[in-house]
Amino acid sequence: MLAYIAKRVLYAIPLLFVISIVSFIIIELPPGDYLTTYVMTLRQSGETIDQAALEVLKKRYGLDKPVIVRYFYWIGNIITKGDFGYSFMWEKPVSDLLNQRVWWTILISVLSTAFAWVFGFLIGVYSGTHQYSIGDYVFTVLGYIGLATPNFLLALILLWFMFVTTGVSLGGLFSPEYAGAPWSWAKFVDLLKHIWIPVVVLGTGSMAGLIRVLRANLLDEINKPYVVAARARGVPERELVWKYPLRVAVIPFASTAGWALPQIVSGAVVTGIVLNLPTVGTLLLDALTSQDMYLAGSLVLILSVFTIIGTLISDILLAWLDPRIRFE
Amino acid sequence: MDKTEELYLASEWKLMWWRFKKNKLAVIGMVILGILYVLGIFCEFFSPYDPNRIFARYVYAPPQKIHFFHEGKFIGPFVYGYKMERDPETFRRIYKEDKTKIYKIKLFVHGDKYKLWNTWESDVHFFGVEEGTIFLFGTDRLGRDVFSRILYGARISTTIGLVGVFLSMVLGIIIGGISGYYGGKIDNFIQRTIEFLISIPTIPLWMALAAALPRYWSQIKVYFAITVILSLIGWTGLARVVRSKFLSLKDEDFVVAARLAGASEWRIIFKHMLPSLTSHLIASATLSIPGMILGETGLSFLGLGLRPPAISWGVLLQEAQNIRTVALYPWLLIPGLFVIITVLCFNFVGDGLRDAADPYKT
Repeated sequence: MLAYIAKRVLYAIPLLFVISIVSFIIIELPPGDYLTTYVMTLRQSGETIDQAALEVLKKRYGLDKPVIVRYFYWIGNIITKGDFGYSFMWEKPVSDLLNQRVWWTILISVLSTAFAWVFGFLIGVYSGTHQYSIGDYVFTVLGYIGLATPNFLLALILLWFMFVTTGVSLGGLFSPEYAGAPWSWAKFVDLLKHIWIPVVVLGTGSMAGLIRVLRANLLDEINKPYVVAARARGVPERELVWKYPLRVAVIPFASTAGWALPQIVSGAVVTGIVLNLPTVGTLLLDALTSQDMYLAGSLVLILSVFTIIGTLISDILLAWLDPRIRFE
Repeated sequence: MDKTEELYLASEWKLMWWRFKKNKLAVIGMVILGILYVLGIFCEFFSPYDPNRIFARYVYAPPQKIHFFHEGKFIGPFVYGYKMERDPETFRRIYKEDKTKIYKIKLFVHGDKYKLWNTWESDVHFFGVEEGTIFLFGTDRLGRDVFSRILYGARISTTIGLVGVFLSMVLGIIIGGISGYYGGKIDNFIQRTIEFLISIPTIPLWMALAAALPRYWSQIKVYFAITVILSLIGWTGLARVVRSKFLSLKDEDFVVAARLAGASEWRIIFKHMLPSLTSHLIASATLSIPGMILGETGLSFLGLGLRPPAISWGVLLQEAQNIRTVALYPWLLIPGLFVIITVLCFNFVGDGLRDAADPYKT
């Protein structure tokens, strides 16, 4: 087991390295750089900037050095000092901007993933054991619809529905009264009142797929001879399902569940924009459109790193569940 | 021929079609998709108005309901006109049904001029009203007919998925085929790459790539660039399917026989192995289309994909971006309903195809 974990961790390190390169390349893709966009916006508002000032800015932001130098400069800073560079747009170090928002994004992603796993599992078991019942059909239909609805649309519909029924606008993570207030029990309750929307929106997207996988595999297992034999020997029904077939069926479920995390993280980005959450979504969108290089690159890097760590954890979980994988 | 004879003589495709037909959900999905595609292809004909025509008097008008009975008498399908009032407190426009204005719905009316597929000029629309207005899904911020805009949006949103999937298929077949056929180190390397690609969160990646598109590109260029971007990640699913099938087919007797008979690698792959895959490929491809449609919708919604004046469902949903607009004018979410229905139907059809293609499933 330990050897497997060590192998996966070792494998993840070059992966992270490659991702950092890819993130940086993507940010460098648009022609020009932050300064060209800056000059364009200035020009649109009627101001101009002379060449000398432009050169000074270029030197200050290090934009006159070739790409490779800039990359190593950036990556070196991240690894040694935890300094993610400087955001041109906000004129603050990137780490300041990222701090709060990254934690909120992580919190929401983790909660949504837990939601998707737990409810996906429970509903999947129910659907598998009560095939063709009304509950099964209802969940299947809901699952399909959840699969088909884009995240942001579901967020909008939920917001609209809550607004129409309760008259309260549940955008953001806190009501205006609590936004700047220090932490208290009331603030925590307010958070709960708001956070269920993004968690439900993000979780249901992956939940549908998980339910289908678990249901299909459980149905396959339950019709096997050993289950029939156990039932004939008088094993109680509940123990029958939970002790043996479920263990086998849960393996494909776990491997699918592992991939729920990248989906949820990426969904969180868009949903955050719609619901006005203090997550990285809006930050990323603005950074990309204004080519704020270090901010956008760091964001893509952090999201990818988070995803890789998540899939690593789920791989380890999978290996713990299924001994065959440890020996692959 | 009696039944058993028919079964015996039927080709593989016929058998697949019969199995597919048994799945009611898949058949319904296929019918609905067919309707949507026809509406999209001939959108100029089916929409009652030009999608960019501005009705300044009817900004944010709610949908008009189709009635058949007026004061108890049956007079055929018609809509009532609008009566405009201002709310005394908020000064917002309030539209009410004006029962004195009756606009009968007719087929094949003469309306706005258009060019079908930019070549044939005409002004005949499938349905419409000769006087007054018919806004089946209301109007938007500029007073444009949402129903017409949805039909035009169907043309782009439904086809973008097809082009993207075609690209993914090509990439997936080539890469998955190489991986499955040669096995060993090449397979290992390609598999790791695929795992790497799947673990990157897609939406930030798409956002970054889409933001890299220069602003001054024409809509057509943007359209194709978006499909390329979408398929860059989409091919991984297909590659995996192709690889697993190749791995299992590699040791089949007919492949070994072909190799022993001296057939070249190309011939073995294209003439012998690929045809066995086609049904599975089609099923996987159909299941990838929803991802592309959702991707395009999401990107356009964020303003990174297609932009106005191009019309796609994602662009239409941009109008409904905040809670205030949605609360006041909920009919602006109807394009979203079309997205959901299209994706649902593709999922049903794809599942049906997959079940029909696999002969060993009961």
